[in-house]
Amino acid sequence: MTQTNPENTTPHKHGIGVHDALDTLVQMRGERHIVVTNQVSSRLWPTLSDHPLDLNYNPSAMGGAIPLGLGLALAQPDYEIIVLSGDGSLLMNLGCLVTVVDSGVTNLSIVLLDNGQYEVTGGQKTPGYNGANYAGLARASGFPCVHHFTEAATWQNEAANSLSGTGPRFVWLTIRPQPGDYGKSVGRPIQKQMARLRQQFRADAQ
Amino acid sequence: MFTATQIVDALVELKVTHVIWIPDTTTGSWEPALESCSHFQLIRVCREGEAWALAGGLLIGGSLPIVLIQNTGFFESGDSMRNIVFDLGIPVFAIIGARNWLTESSSDTARRFTLPLVQAWDIDFEFITGPEEQEKLFLHFRKCRRTNQAGILLLAE
Repeated sequence: MTQTNPENTTPHKHGIGVHDALDTLVQMRGERHIVVTNQVSSRLWPTLSDHPLDLNYNPSAMGGAIPLGLGLALAQPDYEIIVLSGDGSLLMNLGCLVTVVDSGVTNLSIVLLDNGQYEVTGGQKTPGYNGANYAGLARASGFPCVHHFTEAATWQNEAANSLSGTGPRFVWLTIRPQPGDYGKSVGRPIQKQMARLRQQFRADAQ
Repeated sequence: MFTATQIVDALVELKVTHVIWIPDTTTGSWEPALESCSHFQLIRVCREGEAWALAGGLLIGGSLPIVLIQNTGFFESGDSMRNIVFDLGIPVFAIIGARNWLTESSSDTARRFTLPLVQAWDIDFEFITGPEEQEKLFLHFRKCRRTNQAGILLLAE
């Protein structure tokens, strides 16, 4: 089990900028990586990436991205699935960490964007704002590969390694809150994204 | 209601790939048969809201899951179901146990609200009150597949 600074209590205001966090993933993402975003990340990711294996899960139900990504991982074992989840969404569905491990899936990585806030609704604090140990939760749920990053440079250097260990993997990023206009979706409509994803599966299978 | 063998044989015949479930006192006895069947994977979820999104991901990926939960879990997971079935338009099929349906004198509020809530969600459903109606499962499942729409099979318990 790998863990970086499990007891780190870096305040969110000193965390990684969300654009830096996502841009690092864009840079290291391979051709067989399916990236599932939701909530804030589903608004930002399309401004950085337009890949056939992107699924910007919007409209979504909070807490649904990780189970949806788990389903994709089970159905398409030849791909690596990266799910971006906010801390508010994860807290609505913490049990899914146990479900992921129990399913036996190995081709799934969860990247937690922990800004301590419900950013879409205006920045109200989540219940985990004051020091919830998400690495501890993942580890206790049975994740064999757990990392925590609080600095952009470290995340940039370690992203590829942290997302290539024995799966399932859990990467906790402490994120600096960044208010923005998250009320509108800028990506492709979800129906078109799903159709494009299926088309890519068929093309890759040939 | 169905025996474990009957339900597993039915799911195999329907070519189901994954059974996503939380047991109840009726379907719980099916666990050994569901777990040991090599034709599909049994996936245990912690909360019913996970089940709909998990089924959605499986269907996007080309698998053919069913959700197997109780009506109380259906009530609990309404927003997840709404998102997957209506926002995303993914045709999830669910078998839902209707607790205390066969006990007419029951004051169980889960019994009272089952039909009104299923009807309110406007998902095509069938009701099975005994194993002699097993054919309804096949007909309804295949109809939902053919029309690419979500469906619910209520099992009277």
